[in-house]
Amino acid sequence: MTQHLPALPVLIPLLAGTLVLLLERRGIAAQRVAAWISMGALLVAAVLLLRAADQGPLLVYLLGDWPARLGIALMVDRVNALLVLTTALLAIAALLYACAGWDRRAPHFHALFLLQLAGLNGAFLTGDLFNLFVFFEVMLIASYGLLLSGGRGLRVRAGLHYVVFNIMASTLFLVALGLLYGMTGTLNMAEMALRVAHAPPQDLAMVRAASGILLVVFCAKAALLPLYLWLPDTYSRAPAAVVALFTIMTKVGVYAVLRVYSLVFGQGSGALDGWAWEWLLPAGIITLVLASLGALAGHTLRGAVAYLVIASAATLFVAFALQTPAAVGAGLYYLVHSTFITAALFLVVDLVRRQRGALADRLQQAGPLGATTLLGILFMVAAVSVVGLPPLSGFIGKVAVLTAVPPDQVALVWTTVLATSLMVLVAMSRIGSQVFWRAEVWPTADAPPPPRPLEVAAAIVLLAYGIALTVGAGPALRYANDAGAQILEPAHYIEQVRDTQPLLRAPSP
Amino acid sequence: MMEFALATAIGVLTASGVYLLLRARSFDVILGLTLLSYATNLLIFSAGRLAVGKPPVLQDGLPAQLGNYTDPLPQALVLTAIVIAFAMTAVAIVVALRSHADTGSDHVDAREGGDAAARPPADATEERP
Repeated sequence: MTQHLPALPVLIPLLAGTLVLLLERRGIAAQRVAAWISMGALLVAAVLLLRAADQGPLLVYLLGDWPARLGIALMVDRVNALLVLTTALLAIAALLYACAGWDRRAPHFHALFLLQLAGLNGAFLTGDLFNLFVFFEVMLIASYGLLLSGGRGLRVRAGLHYVVFNIMASTLFLVALGLLYGMTGTLNMAEMALRVAHAPPQDLAMVRAASGILLVVFCAKAALLPLYLWLPDTYSRAPAAVVALFTIMTKVGVYAVLRVYSLVFGQGSGALDGWAWEWLLPAGIITLVLASLGALAGHTLRGAVAYLVIASAATLFVAFALQTPAAVGAGLYYLVHSTFITAALFLVVDLVRRQRGALADRLQQAGPLGATTLLGILFMVAAVSVVGLPPLSGFIGKVAVLTAVPPDQVALVWTTVLATSLMVLVAMSRIGSQVFWRAEVWPTADAPPPPRPLEVAAAIVLLAYGIALTVGAGPALRYANDAGAQILEPAHYIEQVRDTQPLLRAPSP
Repeated sequence: MMEFALATAIGVLTASGVYLLLRARSFDVILGLTLLSYATNLLIFSAGRLAVGKPPVLQDGLPAQLGNYTDPLPQALVLTAIVIAFAMTAVAIVVALRSHADTGSDHVDAREGGDAAARPPADATEERP
């Protein structure tokens, strides 16, 4: 059983998703039970996988039992085991929020949700570039369905932009894969790393062009500088339970950049050694500034939070572009923190929006607000954490990133990160004073119904993850630093992937 | 000659696809996406090098050398890409039709005069009642 562990995070939601489709005739209760059982199984599998990955060596799983250079391989290291666990924890909170009643109104919600989890986990675990494309598509098709479920008008228009933009990015992905396969003759990342390192000089220009196209695709998913315009509109119109899960989708783009540009085009890949990171550092810094300005200027609650998602992805690019084990480790800690906290903010903001009546999430005017104390406390905890004020996880994450900056880049990175933190602080204070401080009491006659307990519980669960990350910051940072050190040594990956032999099949020539 | 023809086909399809993609009607945009996916499929196919009359699977009597066969993997990749592009086009058409029905406009930003102006603004609604 343990030997099949790496495939479980993909198989469990995939099977459960198909099962839920069959259960749809039996009503919502049966679907919820199936979804929760599979979520429990997924969490157990993710925890076991994390513990197995923390032993040190890479876990390589050969799908179809072909050698990695011929078939598709899954590979698990500390980085993607951590991301699979983060996805499972995030999905539990999002599902809890949806199960408060919204899932009745969205047809096929549970099936699409589970299929999206299968796509996310597959994209994290795969060690094959074309398979990465396929899992990206699984994830995206499910996300189109989730985004549009129960929507009309503006949300459909935002959905059209999102769909067209992503199909365009997928087309570019295929172009890059076609070129890379034509140049190297393989699609396995470790094998390709080896062949890129030994590429003849006349092929280098083409390989570099293809890897540049690939970088554009990943940065489009991760919402980096010129390619983030799709995100605020889409995320601010998506249903809350769905957008909570979507916060991990930008991180898939960041993860793909980290994986491909430290393994395939990373240290030891000859002429292309880490070329992407020189571009990503300035791009990340500019994106961080623009996203913080966007949060500052946001005129809706959800729009402001959507800009915080871009800012967190940009911070990750800055941390990863420094390319030292400590910086990548700190970035991974920040990735987990920012995923939970931005998701929590989306949920809190959705609760607030529904307590404000006709004003909804517009920020221009102060207005009445129900359940002020509860929502105010939830918002304050989330805001303190997302800004990076002590004592919560955002502070620890940002300090870890800042201390890991090499001396020659301190001036640039410290200035940007600290200045943008101040901007986000002002943005959050503005929302807090406008929505909570100046809130009026609803007249009892037409007050909106109080928030549903399950929805509040989902937001509290997400904030509790952040507090757990703060309390357990020691072990968490130790793990993240080990993960950062591991991913920056591509030679180990190449060796271990090539050494993994099929179990049942005779070795091929 | 074969290379020239294929490269020209890819180039023309890509150019037409990009042109259509930049237009303001969602129907044109979807057509553009379709053309681009055709161009991409041809490009992936060409990654396996062009060969005439060579089998992609091992045959008895033909030595198992690379020169005697054509690469089967790009063909499998193209098959996957075709299926995915087909599904994506279907999704895009459904979304575009819904957008047209809800906003009364085929414009990608749903911003124009005519019947759209006569309807109540869609800004207030995101959820179906």
